[in-house]
Parts: sequence; structure tokens; C-alpha cells
Amino acid sequence: MARLGLLAALTVLGLPVLAGLAGVIGPAFGYLPALGGQAFSLEPWRGLLAWPGLAGAVRLSVVTGFLATLIALGLTFLIVAAWQGRPGFAWLTRVLAPMLALPHAAAAFGLAFLIAPSGWIARGLSPWATGWDRPPDLLIVNDPLGLALVAGLVVKEVPFLLLMTLAALPQTDSHRSLLVAQSLGYGRTVGWLKVVAPRVYAQIRLPVYAVLAYAMSVVDVAVILGPTRPPTLAVQILDWTTDPDLSLRFQAAAGSVLQLGLVVAALGVWRAGEGLVGGLWTRWATRGARGVVADPALRRLATGAAGAVGLAVGLGLAGLFLWSVAGLWRFPAAWPEVLTLRTWAGEVVALGPVTGQTALIALGATVAALVLAVAALQARPDPGRWVLALIYLPLVVPQIAFVPGLASLALVLGLDGTAVSVALAHLVFVLPYVVLVLAEPWRAWDHRAGLAAAALGARPARVLWAVRLPMLFRALLAAVAVGFATSVAQYLPTLLIGAGRVGTITTEAVALASSSNRRLIGVWAVVQMALPLAMFALCLLLPALLFRNRQGMRTG
Amino acid sequence: MTLIVDDLTITRAGQPMVALSCRVAPGEVLTVMGPSGSGKSTLLAALVGALPGGFRMAGRVLLNGRDITGLPTHARRLGILFQDDILFPHLSVGGNLGFGLPARVPERDRLIAEALEDADLAGMERRDPASLSGGQRARVALMRTLLSGPDALLLDEPFARLDSALRARMRAFVFERARRRGLPVVLVTHDSADAVAAGGPVIDVQGRPVALPSP
Repeated sequence: MARLGLLAALTVLGLPVLAGLAGVIGPAFGYLPALGGQAFSLEPWRGLLAWPGLAGAVRLSVVTGFLATLIALGLTFLIVAAWQGRPGFAWLTRVLAPMLALPHAAAAFGLAFLIAPSGWIARGLSPWATGWDRPPDLLIVNDPLGLALVAGLVVKEVPFLLLMTLAALPQTDSHRSLLVAQSLGYGRTVGWLKVVAPRVYAQIRLPVYAVLAYAMSVVDVAVILGPTRPPTLAVQILDWTTDPDLSLRFQAAAGSVLQLGLVVAALGVWRAGEGLVGGLWTRWATRGARGVVADPALRRLATGAAGAVGLAVGLGLAGLFLWSVAGLWRFPAAWPEVLTLRTWAGEVVALGPVTGQTALIALGATVAALVLAVAALQARPDPGRWVLALIYLPLVVPQIAFVPGLASLALVLGLDGTAVSVALAHLVFVLPYVVLVLAEPWRAWDHRAGLAAAALGARPARVLWAVRLPMLFRALLAAVAVGFATSVAQYLPTLLIGAGRVGTITTEAVALASSSNRRLIGVWAVVQMALPLAMFALCLLLPALLFRNRQGMRTG
Repeated sequence: MTLIVDDLTITRAGQPMVALSCRVAPGEVLTVMGPSGSGKSTLLAALVGALPGGFRMAGRVLLNGRDITGLPTHARRLGILFQDDILFPHLSVGGNLGFGLPARVPERDRLIAEALEDADLAGMERRDPASLSGGQRARVALMRTLLSGPDALLLDEPFARLDSALRARMRAFVFERARRRGLPVVLVTHDSADAVAAGGPVIDVQGRPVALPSP
């Protein structure tokens, strides 16, 4: 039974990716019988190469990918190096966890509102410092260099990498290593970077690859924050894919293959860079510089970085909410003159069904993922290298490279455009996160509890249902919260598999990106972030409520 | 009720760890002594059918004339107590005892109440196990095992975590109840005081008698 579950889980992870890739490689070389493409041809590539924006788009994909990943990883290590074991650290991790539930699009909208020429930063500085009495005509959001896009990716990936680092720390013997380094005279931050960081990096390598691939090929954040003329490669591929002119599908497929190639090449470069940096790191570590003098400055830098990320997200979300209830709001006033629920009242009819549909799809995908994850872990509690690689496959292969192919297959099979097929598409991305959240608590569970239960006469099924699952209830709900948030945040799979007939909060919100109606965007983005956060709160409260008289269930 | 270990050998990577034949009579306590790492816990794991991968086992285990060697843990009717009480944290004290009591047994509440009374814990059904003292938790764990109606009792250093005053009382409590029910007991320990209190034969994992220091 459990082995069957493992097999099913691996199929869910691997098959759609491979089928989807096959579904773009064919059309990329002219083969798509449904659209009359019968013979091998290089025409799609000629079309792609003829696009004037290509060179810029390729450069943008590579630069934003590397920049966002390097900055996010650097800040993450700096924050943990300076803070691990200090009083504020536990608080920091508690604040970070819900940030993982925040959809990328909502965070991106929040940041866009914050840094826009008419945003809070400009308002705060005007007119006393800038002399502006109207929003300046500056391209801060959607800037051609993609810096706003990088910033949007960094504020969302730092929390992710931080949580991955926290999960990896117990396996690196970090406390004792750090203590030894400090007793040898090293400053805390430099000591951590020299002794613990290499081991942590080895543990979080796959999440880092996922961040790099994601940053290079993201669509929704790029639609909101990225350059528009020309857009990023991924956004352009989506434009071609959804163009009424169906012949552009071939060109789009060629673009998908190119995007995949770029990500694979970038991962190769990153891998080679790991060796190089690793060597330099070792030399730096063995040189013996204690870094005691640099310690306070590094700590301030880390605090500043954590604060900046937190403020960017926090103020951004507050701004979204404020715009959603704002009446007249003149520049450079920091606060609207009138607060009104008019925008909400106008949207409530449209919001209701979409929110319900989003929640149902997310619940379906999450429950299915939970069942598969439990079955897979039951069969194989310690995933081997290959299983782990397969878990990360849907996170490392860019969505824009295989989801269009999957959508064509769904279309051919007549499976597109239903809530069930959208939920199934979400499952491909929900399952990896659910497994990642569940794997460590599952492994750490005290097996003697299972042995004690079996010795009392409980069959394996009863040990699972009556002992193991209840004892891991908190971890199961954490997995539910993360899985639910992952599903709500999905943009591309919803858009393409939903085929315009099934929409979620996220597709509706991102569709508003090109409009300049901040109040409307505010309403939809607030709902988009509130839905996963509500689930997160529920998943925190429920175990506390159910086990309020059980001290032994407080941790774990 | 008799527990017979018939020519049991356990090897790991070709290295012999355990080689044992013994017979434990009803109410008798067989003590297996040895330093940590000598294979005591491996022996218990083999007896309950939870030998980790990498070990090879030969021989037979008979309980009450039944050959239980190939049975899964839940079908062996071997109660086991660990160094820690391993009470299930999500269940109340009464819930833990109910978990041990087989489903078909009638008058569950009365049996649970009697077991708690016997353990000097009368009326504590609804308590959170985490709110009990170490000694109380150990007694609940024993009662949970006894309620499951085992044919033999295995003790994996169950007194090691208790402080010395409590340890003597708990030993007497466990041995007395096992004797009263005529259960064969295998006690694994590195503490010779446990072995002295048990009063039965004392051997190592190779089956050789171990001489106890004179009191």
C-alpha cells in the first residue's frame, strides 16, 4: 500500500514534467498535429530569433536570476550568521514562517506600491526632500534593468532560504561548531560563515537551485515588477502562448526550450561556481583571520537587511490594504483623505465565487498531496538522492518550460478548463513542498512509540492512524498551510490549464497588473494574501486548541 | 506461561552479537547484563520482532508453546517497557490505558479505573500524561502494558531514568505484578542492583552466567 503511494507520488512529480517538456519540444521543432504542424522544421526558431527583444530578454533572465539568488543567499547567511543563538532569533523565525504563505504576486504588488513614484517612499520624502508635488515621471517599477524585479524576488526568497537554513541547522552541529570557533577567538558572524556556512550550503543546495531557476523564469512577479518593453523571456513566451494567433504557439514552444536551456546552463555555471567559491572559502577560512573587529558592523548589516526585507513586505502589504479602502488620496499625502469600503462593495460579488473556487482547488490539491506524501514517507522515510532530486524536479524545471506543453496535452485529451484539472496541475507543485515540510518531523518521530503501540497489539494501520499521525498533527497542519499557500499562489498552471474557464484569486489579481487602478489591485491582492494567511492561522490555532490540555504536544 | 529462546543467534555483517538459549518460567525474571553496546537492546529488538535492517537472525522464540519467531510485533503478545515511559502525548492517562486494552474487552472504564487504583493513581483518567511525575508515568506505562494482556514482559532498562529512591520502589512494583500474573520476564540492564532485586538467573548475551558482586 505504502509502496504504491511512493510510486504514485514519484509519478505525480516526474510524469507531468517529462510529459510537459515533450509537449513543448515537439512544437518547438514544428510538430503539433492539432495545429497542423506535421513535419520537422526550424521555422519556430527563426521566428524566435527574429524577435528584436530576444537578446535583451536572455540577458535579463540571466542577470535577474543570478543577482536575485546571490543577494537572497548572501542576506540569508548574513542574517543567520549574526543572529543564530541570540534572543531575537526565535522571534525572527516566528515572523518569517507566515511570510512563506504569502503569494509572490501579493508581495510583488505590495513592493510595487511601496517603491512606485506615487508610493509611500516617494510620499514620505516629498515635498520636503524631493520638491515633488506630483508623482515624478520615473520608471522605478518595471525598470528596464529589472532591478525592481530583483528586489521583489529577494524579499520573497530570503524568507524561503532562511526557513530552509533553519531546517538544515540541526544536521550541521552548528551550535558546538560555533562555540569551538568562538573559543578559538573568532567573532560570531565570521566564525559562523567560516565553519557552519559551508555545511549549511551543502544541505540547502537544492532549494538554492530552485530559487535560481525560479528567479530566471518567473512569470507573475515579472508581469508586476519586470520590464515591459521588451518584457522578460518568460513573459514573452506566455504572451505568444496565449495569443489568438495560434501559429505563435510554435515560436512560444521554441522560447520555452530556450528558457529551459538557459536555466540548465545557469545551473551548470552555478555548480562550477560552487567549486570555485568553495576553494576560495576554504583558503579564507584557513588563513586564520578572526573577524572580531568586523563583527559589530556585520551584525548591524544583518539587522538592517532583515529589517529592510521585513519592512518591504510589511509596508507593502499595509499599502495594499490602505489602497483598497482609500477614497481620495492626493500626492504627497501619506494617508488618504477619505477611507471608504466602496471598492470592496463593488468587488464583493466577483470576489465570492473566485475565492471559493481558489480555496476548493487549494484544499483538493493539498489533501491529495498530504495523502501521497504520507504514503511515500511511510514507504521510504529517508529519501535517497534520486528521490530527493525527483521531489525538486517540478521546482527546478521552469514552469514556463513545461506547463505550456502540459496544457497542450490537457487540451488534446480534453482535460483542460476544469477545476479538477487545475487542482491536479497544482498538485505537481504542492506535493514537493508538502514532502519537504513533512519529511524532517516524520523522520524525527520517536520510533519507540510505534514499537510500544505494536507491542500493545496495535496493527501497523492502527499505529499510523492512532499514534503516528496524531503525534505529528502539528507537522501535518504545517504541511497543509504551506501546501494550501503554494496552490493559491500558482499563476501559470492556473492560467494555462484553466484555459480561461477556471480562474483563481491569483490569475484575477495578476490580470489587473497592467491596469492603473490601485484600489482594485489593492482589493484583489489583499484577498490573495488573506486566504493563505487565514489557513496558516487556522493551522497554528487548531493543534493549540485540540491539544490545549496536552503539554507533550506543544513541540514536534 | 513460559518463554523459550531456542538457539537464537544474531549476527551483523558476519560478526556474532548474540547467541542464546534460555527458558524463562512463569513469574521468573531472567536478567541479561552487559555494558552498553554489547547487544542487549538488539536481543530485545529481535524478541519483539523489530530487528533493524543489517542484522541476521537464526533460531526460534516460543511463547506458551506458540512459535512467535515469524510473527509481526503486534501479534506476539510480548509486553515491553523502555527506559522512557513512551506514553502517547496526545492521549490522556485513561486514553493511554484504553489504547493498551484490547478492543473486545467489556467494562473498559472499570478495568482502567482499577488499574489506576492498583498503581496508586486513582481518579487520574483525564490527566495529561505530561503533568505526571516520572514515577507516576512509569507506573502508567506498566499498567498500559499489563492491560494489553501480554504473555511475557520485556524490560529494557526501565528503571535507569528514575532516581534511586524511586528505582527500588518501582522495581518491587513491577516484579510483584509480573509474578502475580505468572509472566515470564526478561530484564535487560547494566545495573547489577537491578539484577540482585530481580532475584533470578543472570546471564550475558552469549548465555554465560554473570557473577554479581556480593552485597
